Amino acid sequence: MGTVSKTFGRVVGLAAAAALATTLSVSARETITVYTAVEPEELQGFAEAFQADNPDYEIQWVRDSTGVVTAKLLAEGENSPADIVWGLAATSLLMMAERGMLEPYAPAGVEKLSPALMDKQDPPRWVGQRAWVASVCVNTYEAEAKGLPMPATWEDLTNPVYKGHIIMPNPASSGTGFLDVSSWMQIWGEEKAWDYMDRLHENIGIYSHSGSAPCKMAGRGEYPIGISFAYKGAQLKGEGAPVEVVAPSEGLGWDLESFAILKSAKNKAGAKALADWSVTERANRMYNEAYAVVAMPGIATPVEHFPANIEEKMIDNDFAWAAENRARILEEWEKRYGSKSAPK
Amino acid sequence: MSTQGLEATASPAFPSVDRGRLVSTLGVLVGVALLLVFVAAPLITIFLKSLQNDSGTFVGLDNFVRYFSSAGLIQSLYNSVQIALTVTVIACGLAFCYAYALTRTCMPFRGLFRAIAMIPILAPSLLSAIALIYLFGNQGMIRELLFGNSVYGPIGIVLGITFYVFPHVLMIMVTALSSADARLYEAAEAMGTSRWRVFWTITVPGARYGLISAGFVVFTLTITDFGVPKVIGGNFNVLATDIYKQVVGQQSFSMGAVVGLILLFPAILSFSVDRIVRKRQVAQMSARAVPYVPQPSKGRDRAFFVFCSLVSVFLIGILGTAVFASLVTYWPYNLSLTLAHYDFNAVDPNGWSSFTNSLEMAAWTALIGTCVIFLGAYFVEKADTLPFARGLLHMLAMIPMAVPGLVLGLAYVFFFSTPTNPLSGIYGTMAILVLSTVVHFYTVAHLSFVTALKQLDKEFEAVSASLKVPAYKTMLRVHVPICLPLILNVAIYLFLNAMTTVSAAVFLYAPDTKLASIAVLNMDDVGDQAPASAMAIMIVLTSVSVKLLQVVVTRSLLARSSAWRNRDTA
Amino acid sequence: MNMAAKRPNRVRPAAFVAPQDAPSHDAFLEIHNVSKRFGDFHALTDISLTVERGTFVCFLGPSGCGKTTLLRSIAGLERQSSGRIIQDGRDISNLPPSQRDFGIVFQSYSLFPNLTVNANVGYGLVNQGLPKAQIAARVQELLELVHLPSSGPKYPAALSGGEQQRVALARALAMQPGLLLLDEPLSALDAKVRVDLRHEMKQLQRRLGVTTIMVTHDQEEALALADVVVVMSKGNIEQVGTPMEVYANPQSAFVADFVGHMNLLRGTVQPDGTVRIGSRTLSLDSNQVEGLSGDVLVSFRPEDVMFRGLDAATDNQLQGYIESVDFLGAFSRARVRVDGFDGAVFEADLSANMLRDFGVDAGSTLPLALPRDRICIYPGNERTAGLVKTSGEGRA
Repeated sequence: MGTVSKTFGRVVGLAAAAALATTLSVSARETITVYTAVEPEELQGFAEAFQADNPDYEIQWVRDSTGVVTAKLLAEGENSPADIVWGLAATSLLMMAERGMLEPYAPAGVEKLSPALMDKQDPPRWVGQRAWVASVCVNTYEAEAKGLPMPATWEDLTNPVYKGHIIMPNPASSGTGFLDVSSWMQIWGEEKAWDYMDRLHENIGIYSHSGSAPCKMAGRGEYPIGISFAYKGAQLKGEGAPVEVVAPSEGLGWDLESFAILKSAKNKAGAKALADWSVTERANRMYNEAYAVVAMPGIATPVEHFPANIEEKMIDNDFAWAAENRARILEEWEKRYGSKSAPK
Repeated sequence: MSTQGLEATASPAFPSVDRGRLVSTLGVLVGVALLLVFVAAPLITIFLKSLQNDSGTFVGLDNFVRYFSSAGLIQSLYNSVQIALTVTVIACGLAFCYAYALTRTCMPFRGLFRAIAMIPILAPSLLSAIALIYLFGNQGMIRELLFGNSVYGPIGIVLGITFYVFPHVLMIMVTALSSADARLYEAAEAMGTSRWRVFWTITVPGARYGLISAGFVVFTLTITDFGVPKVIGGNFNVLATDIYKQVVGQQSFSMGAVVGLILLFPAILSFSVDRIVRKRQVAQMSARAVPYVPQPSKGRDRAFFVFCSLVSVFLIGILGTAVFASLVTYWPYNLSLTLAHYDFNAVDPNGWSSFTNSLEMAAWTALIGTCVIFLGAYFVEKADTLPFARGLLHMLAMIPMAVPGLVLGLAYVFFFSTPTNPLSGIYGTMAILVLSTVVHFYTVAHLSFVTALKQLDKEFEAVSASLKVPAYKTMLRVHVPICLPLILNVAIYLFLNAMTTVSAAVFLYAPDTKLASIAVLNMDDVGDQAPASAMAIMIVLTSVSVKLLQVVVTRSLLARSSAWRNRDTA
Repeated sequence: MNMAAKRPNRVRPAAFVAPQDAPSHDAFLEIHNVSKRFGDFHALTDISLTVERGTFVCFLGPSGCGKTTLLRSIAGLERQSSGRIIQDGRDISNLPPSQRDFGIVFQSYSLFPNLTVNANVGYGLVNQGLPKAQIAARVQELLELVHLPSSGPKYPAALSGGEQQRVALARALAMQPGLLLLDEPLSALDAKVRVDLRHEMKQLQRRLGVTTIMVTHDQEEALALADVVVVMSKGNIEQVGTPMEVYANPQSAFVADFVGHMNLLRGTVQPDGTVRIGSRTLSLDSNQVEGLSGDVLVSFRPEDVMFRGLDAATDNQLQGYIESVDFLGAFSRARVRVDGFDGAVFEADLSANMLRDFGVDAGSTLPLALPRDRICIYPGNERTAGLVKTSGEGRA
């Protein structure tokens, strides 16, 4: 019965195929189609560096938020135009690994990376590139104007003084939002985490769809405090926005930007070339330009405007647990906070 | 009987092939086949999908049961209806007064006011939402006007959608009010009826079908719009954003299908009511009616001038704010002006290519859509074969109007992404975007063509057959030239909608086919509102240019054909 | 001409031309047992008809009688449900319109509005790939034929209705069709223009000798134009004949009622061969009531009521009471009541000088007669055209 729609699609489609036998698919001889959730402004640099090292290939980025890229890949299944997923949350890649969509591949030189940051199978189905870490962006200008104290802990954010001033990504659509929720659960246990979120919810102005939006909103003062990730805050601060990046002391959730080759890849050679390049030292140094934690040990240097000692605050993240419980957590989250009729 | 006659009578063993009939038979059948594949089949797929779980197992109505037992989703349904009703009341009220001012008063600058009212059509619905944030957001320029209420939520959605639907309602209202019969007013005046009574006993009843029709159109547009609540909805969930969240956020395709079908319900209802009402309205207009010509009345004209000015200020204000937003360096801290936000390559990997993609997509949609829809309408109206298939073709052509773009997009994903579907090759290409957009806006174009073709003499085909001229030649030499201004109008309609549409395309765009309107959505999503505004303004500029081009071309067309067109159809 | 009324001839095939089973060598169009159904509705029932080459035939009948359906079947614009149509010896029953040989003119003119008169008339010729000069010459010739020699460069919108219909006529004749079909061509025109154009069409047809079929519901038009009138009703042919035959010798009460003005009175056939109306008896020839008994319809035309030259030998003399007189110009039409007719009223025409001579006015009484050879008798249950109420039920 499960193939009803497939069979239906085939029958109807076949009938029409004779009339419309046009395959407009793009020939992918030298192009590698790469799905990514990496922040858009970084992509140009990565593409140029890779193409300089691999002149036979050209990268075509398909960039969207973590949720969208994940959904797209799951929807497209075997029909996806993507050759490789690059810079997507490990939690998402785990879901695809579970469905058998990923091709195990050990990139040349993968042994130089820290084994904790990749799939445990050999060869690994996915390989981590760098970690993005939860942080809080605070607009210092607006905080002062509104008399808001600088928060230092997650718990501080439940202080009624912040009521309506906090913006956080919706975990259902944003990878960053989910890593916050999953980290609080891993720090405090589920029950306490829900209790915390109940209280935090009282202070939330809106839940945004994307993970970087809260920090940008904080930067413009639309909502003075944005729960986001460190890189975005640091970048905005670098651009001169009145933003301070705070790393709450209880611990920081994080996820791995990782890559994985798709079983359905049309250009597997190209995908492997990008995979090989992505574990090189050169690539890892580039990762470090914006992120403090990268897959190759001993490479990372401190990143400007990042909170100090951010690495120490990263929790011991259990990706498998997160991937397994994602659906359940999101359902509960939706039930509790998803349907408030009006913003606070 | 002569021998010759006998021979001739005895020989029709091989009935000769009627090429004209063959062409129209083929045309009708191809039309039916196309619409079955691109309209009916995807919708059936989404229906089947709603009866399966995410791994494709048949689960009956489980998904619906799950939906209706989830408080959150029910809340969205409630919210959607509440918003839709509010917008319907506000937009219909405003549009009625505005239309009244345009058709029944001698207020000055009516042409200008009419043009201003069309502004929202030129922009994606997201533009109004972004502009509203700049106006009424927490850092908004005039946020005080909301008296402490947040724009993120119902207020923002209502304002944004009212802006977006205004021209659509206005056009219906203007039509309804234009068809007044002056004789009724003269009779009322002769009997000394008060103005107020005339209004309630003649004006309102005369326009009532227009009012009902407009009400349902707004209701449907509102409940199915995705752009505005996505940008400014905050935590206020509605059905349209639910689909997006179910599919994109939670990767639950079957629940997405369920919400899609639920969204389909009010759309189909309002569509049916609209059809019934329109039929009555046609019957109501008598051929002998004398058009009503308003007489000047200082007080009334001045009052309506003030009213229309206020509405116009709101409409222009929204657009102006979006322009401003696209030019300000760093809102609200650095108000110096810059063109930097138009450097899309810096903020989006697709950069300017989204814009050129949109142009390409819109051009193809206009070209292919106009040709296909015209031919479809021609076969429905003029072919002399297969009455059943022609009826079916017409019926299929009516379906898209009742299908919200989001639902159509999702249906296309389900149908065309199945690898076993021989047409899956178009998935992820420009072709699927063009096809979905043509289908999305098919009905209005189809109806315009059918109406126009109906007005042509029904014996043209018979005459040309008697003159041994194939029907297609007559179509090209007679039907097409007569319908040319309308053909151009439909092409522009398709082009503008293709430029601004988000809903169907949001599930269908691919690496190299991202559209400008999607770029607006994505850039807003990651918080880059200034470049998002800039891209929206690029869309507006394109739309305006195309519209101006249309005015010029239509004018020259009409000038050239004025010798044989006795009525001015501009 | 035999003026005696006969029992309606129930045989359908054409009476004017030779019977269908032995067509003359001049038969141009033969229609054999053509039927057309639209769902349950029988638009045409087993129609057979033969049209002679070069004749002008009118299909006459009220709307819905099937005349237009028959015309469209001949053109191939409708496909008959059964039966055969043979044109000029060729079986065209299943041919599409484009492979038949006809020109057609519609009530709505159906001119292409975006083409000039020249282009309209030359529309078919251009498609034949004829040289331009030849087309231009032919178009000019046709326009002269319809008396519009200088209208070539104009667009249809610049012409009057009558002029447009002339252009349509020229266009229909452009391809020199063997058959000219006219579907109510004059109905949309003003009365005066209609009569002028009617006259011209007749002359044109005579000159060109093209076999012509015109559909009309206007009996005056049919009588004036046609060589042969085919009266139709409810999908059947009622009568085929010259205008004179159809007028003077209607073969059914329907034809009697529909063509021209006719008085219809209810009566009863007596065993002695007379017909009784109310308490009066009309004497008739025996062949007039042959095979009839019981209730009948007695018909005679208003102009056949005799007022002059009555003597003892005159049959059916009655005393008429004039209820009212309508002055109609050349003559006047009186409503007459006769004692003993059960209150039945009929119409009688009085010439202007008769009015003067007799001093007739409403309220006067004068003797009249119903000449037996002008009376037609139809079975009492026969359908009429419904244009007049049969008397005896009171003619209001």
